[in-house]
This record gives sequence, C-alpha cells and structure tokens, in this order.
Amino acid sequence: MTEPAALTIDQTDSALVFAFSGHLDAKGIVGVWETACKRIGKADGPALAIDLSGISYFDTAGAAFIAHLDRMAQGRNWEKTDITGLDPDSFSLLERIREKHSEPDQDTAPSGGAFRTFVENKGMFLGDFLYDAQTFIAFLGEIFWAFVSSLLHPGRIRWTETLRVAERAGANALPIVALISFIVGLVMAFQSAIPMKMFGAEIYVANLIGLAMVRELGPLMTAIVLAGRSASAFAAEIGTMKINEEIDALTVMGLEPVRFLILPRVIASTLMTPLLTIFAILVGILGGAVVVLSLGHPFVAYYNQVVGFVSWEDFVGGIIKCFVFGILIAATGCIRGYQTSQGPSAVGDAATRAVVSSIILIAVFDGIFSILYYALGV
Amino acid sequence: MKQTIIQVENLYAGYHGQAIMEDLTFDIQKGEIFVILGGSGCGKSTVLKHMIGLLPPVSGRVLINGQDMVTARGKSRSRLLRQIGVAFQNSALFGSMTVLENITLPLKEYTLLPKEAVTTIARAKLGLVNLSGKGHLPPGELSGGMKKRAAIARAIALDPAIVFLDEPSAGLDPLTSAEIDLLIMDLARTLGITFVIVTHELESIFTIADTVIMLEKDTKGIIARGNPRDLKADPANDYAYQFFNRKPKRDKKP
Repeated sequence: MTEPAALTIDQTDSALVFAFSGHLDAKGIVGVWETACKRIGKADGPALAIDLSGISYFDTAGAAFIAHLDRMAQGRNWEKTDITGLDPDSFSLLERIREKHSEPDQDTAPSGGAFRTFVENKGMFLGDFLYDAQTFIAFLGEIFWAFVSSLLHPGRIRWTETLRVAERAGANALPIVALISFIVGLVMAFQSAIPMKMFGAEIYVANLIGLAMVRELGPLMTAIVLAGRSASAFAAEIGTMKINEEIDALTVMGLEPVRFLILPRVIASTLMTPLLTIFAILVGILGGAVVVLSLGHPFVAYYNQVVGFVSWEDFVGGIIKCFVFGILIAATGCIRGYQTSQGPSAVGDAATRAVVSSIILIAVFDGIFSILYYALGV
Repeated sequence: MKQTIIQVENLYAGYHGQAIMEDLTFDIQKGEIFVILGGSGCGKSTVLKHMIGLLPPVSGRVLINGQDMVTARGKSRSRLLRQIGVAFQNSALFGSMTVLENITLPLKEYTLLPKEAVTTIARAKLGLVNLSGKGHLPPGELSGGMKKRAAIARAIALDPAIVFLDEPSAGLDPLTSAEIDLLIMDLARTLGITFVIVTHELESIFTIADTVIMLEKDTKGIIARGNPRDLKADPANDYAYQFFNRKPKRDKKP
C-alpha cells in the first residue's frame, strides 16, 4: 500500500527547509503538492533546502515535483537549491528530469477580449466558408473537366466500377425510396381528401398528388434519401481511402483519383437518380390511389384524372432537376470524402458534412429551378 | 536478489484456438530488460497481447506478480492493470486529444492530484522522451518517431512496475533510437521498472537487453534464450547465431 508523503517545513535564517518522508510518487504527493507550492510563494527565502533522506520511494512523478519546487524557488531569484538525502540513482533521475524540463507549450488561445474573440470567430467562420466554397467550386470544375475528357475517350471510364456503384447506390435504394414515396403519397392524399370531401371535390386529390409528385416531391424525396444514403457512403469510402494513404498511392501510380474514384460515382449517381425518381413518382401516385379507391372512386377515374392533368412539360421539368441533384449528391459526397483530415473522428465528420452539404445544395437548387421554370412559364 | 515478476507457464499463443506458438515457458525477473525476439510474423506481438491480458491464451497462463490477468476481475484487475504500462506498435495515441492530454489522462483518472501538478508531471514525462514543447499538438501532427516517444511517455505516466513496448524503435533514426535505449536503461536502473520489449533491432538488443528469448515460426517455440552477447558468440545454436551475426546461410536448412 502506498504510504502518502509527509512534509515538515522549517524556516531558518539561511533557507526554507522542506523535509519529505514517505512515498514520493503520483499518489503520494497528492497531499503535499499545494502546501509546498503555496509555502514557497509566501516565504522570504533566501534559499530552498530539500531534505529527502526520509523518503521510502521516489519515481518520475516525485522527481517532477522536486524539480517544480526548485524551479519555483529559482523563479523568485533565490540562491541555489540544496537537495540532500537522495541515493545516486534517484539523483540522476532528478537531474534528468531537470535537464529535460519541458517549457510550457506555446499559448494557442487567441489574445484579446471577449468582443475581439467574437469578431475573430465570425471573421474566421466567414473566411472558412468562402474558402470552402472556393475549393468546392474548383473541385466541381475538376470533376467536370475529367468528365468531358472521359467522354472523348470513353474507354478510360471504369465502367465495371460505375455499374457496381450504380447497383449499390441505385438499385439497392429502391425499397427505401419506394417506402418513403408511398407514404408521402398516401399521407398527402389522406390529409387533403378530408377537407376536399366537404366540397365534393375528392377526385381532385388525383390532380394534387400527380402534380406534386411529378414536379416537386418525387425528385426532392428521392434526392434527400440518396443524400442520406449515397453521399455519406461515398464520403466514408473515399475518406477511409484518404486516411489509409490509398489516394496518395493512386496518385503516385499516375492514376488520377478524380477519374479513378470520383467519376464512376458521379456518372452512376447522375444516371440512377432520374430512374429512381420515376419509380418514386409512380409509387407515390399509387399511394394516393389507395386513398382515392377507399373513398369509392374507381381506379380508372383516378388514372384519367392524373394523366389528363399532368403534362409532359411537368414530367420533363421534374426529371431534368434529378440529373442535377444526382451530380450534386455524388460530387458533394466525393469532395467531402476527399477533404477528410486525420484522426478517428475525421471519417465521421466527412460523412456528416457530406449529408448536410448535399441536402443544403439540393434545397438551394430546387429553389433555383422553381424560379427558372416560373420564368420560362413551364 | 532475484525476484520473479512475470511467469509465463505453458502458454499456447494464438487466435481463435489456433496456436501459432506452442508451450512457451519463461520467467521475467524484476528490474530486468527482457526482449522477445523473432523474425517478422512469428507471433511476437501475439505473445505480448497475451501477457498484457488483451487476448486470452489458447491455453496456459501468464502470471503478473502471481496473478492471472485473464481471470482477474474488478478491483484486482484494475490494480493489476495499474502495474503495467504499454506502448503499442502503432502508438495508439488518442487522436481527439492533444499529446499532453494523452499523458495526463491516466494521471487524472487514477490520482487526486491538482491540475497544475498533473500538468507538471506530464510535462516532465514529455521532457524525458524529448518532446518538450510539443504537448499542445494533436497526435496527427507528430512524426512517426515522435508518436512513438509520446506513446512511451504515456506508458510511463503512472510509473508502472512493468512496461511493455511493442517495437519501440521501429522507424526511428539511430540517434533517437539510441536515446530511447538510454531512457529505458535509466528507468530500469533508477526506478527498477521491468521492461518487456518486442523488437528485432539488433543494435538496441545488444545495448539494453539483459535476457532475450527468440521465437521461431517453424518450430513454434523458443529456440534460444539467454544474454544476447553469449548467443552471438555461441555457434551451437544455428538460427540464433545467424540472426545475431546477420549471416544468413546460403544453403537450405536441413
């Protein structure tokens, strides 16, 4: 059992004398640390004498303690500290600790008051944001360039990898996309059918569901599901490769990572998102049909209502959005993965950032498309 | 006076019931620097994992101060764990903390020292491994050698009785490696710390090792044990002689 260190303090004319006994290790010095340090702060000196003849155990923690006391005394410009009672081995340990003493690390906290820190923070945030936007746009340009140059040489695109990604990010997403769209169609039809029934207009639920699904909700719901599913997966995959220096390995082998890793994902995602959206639109309209059928209308009436109301322009407008969403999802996922830093939380951060950024971009671009279509009169 | 601190008894080392080393028996004395040696991939690190209780042995047991780490539970296990410090091959520093926080962590968890004291002690340990002024950095910004030294500083944070080092000098320059050797010898001499080191750095083995055991893949066992200088001078043991003199035989082994 550790016997705690004990301290006897004696102030003589020539020195402040500390006599220690017991175990001078990390557990033992708990009781004496503050007493000793405070006493040096208050005493007059002119020197410190440390008597260690009574101690029964001495290790690096004890040595660090003694060295600390010595430094405090020297910091007050006292005479040289007299340390006695150590056997040669322990003394050499103490010397080693003193000689290798590590100065406090440089202060990383910014100077200045609370206000300046606030302003600094905001400024740094803006700076980071602008820098991030710049790298994002530059990266998009790089991907676009790689895409164009690959179109000139289609053999350079890794088609097997593209198909593999298309299966994982596209085909395997069918169930979740179907579930979400079906429920959205069903719930929306149900909620709107109740007030519309009061006016005897419940068959117009078909118009509502058809138009909303084709123009907005189909593309948007699919894109958001894919942002959660594929963007995070891409970011995690590429982020892990980055941490394992696999991307560096690709680079030194002369295989551009953008062409090798990012392009297959962007192509697959761009082609799969519209297909998934068409599927989502159909399933969502089916969800609405369930409600309308339960209100006693035949399916053919629902079908005619939808087909008669939704135009080809609506459909094409919705699908064009999907191509853009597909590019955004894949590019964001890959770029965030590519920006992964070091450390255990880096891949998790990259995946989070990928999902957040792609959902924001999807929302922004959906707004842009709405304005554009309005201006074009579609 | 010799005092046994670690006993390895009939240890079959390996994963999933598959022994890659069979029937290892050896004792480690208090205060000695004990080196486990062997070719790449022969199972040195696995034996080390059994010794620090991370991996239950296929059969046999490892006693530290007479206690079996694998069967120890609760308080006796945590008391046993406090007696050992481990520096892993890949350093295993916590990436979410600074280097200094990595070292203060065990001190904060196990003692009631004031904050200033914890920091001072941790700085002293950083100084011991020549990492003064690097405490504020995240481990990701350290070089490979610095990470290794930071890991050793963390292993000795609580001044344990036994320190296990897995390849402490791999990937370090000769000067830093020699400094680590000096540090190990100093700590062993001044504090009576027992060191168990897995390495195949010949230079450092001759400098620091009191005892080595040599493991070999084919025989799945210890093929040589003793003082490295004696082994180097003794041609009777073929493989060990080749190893220590760095002279591979051209002809195939019989």
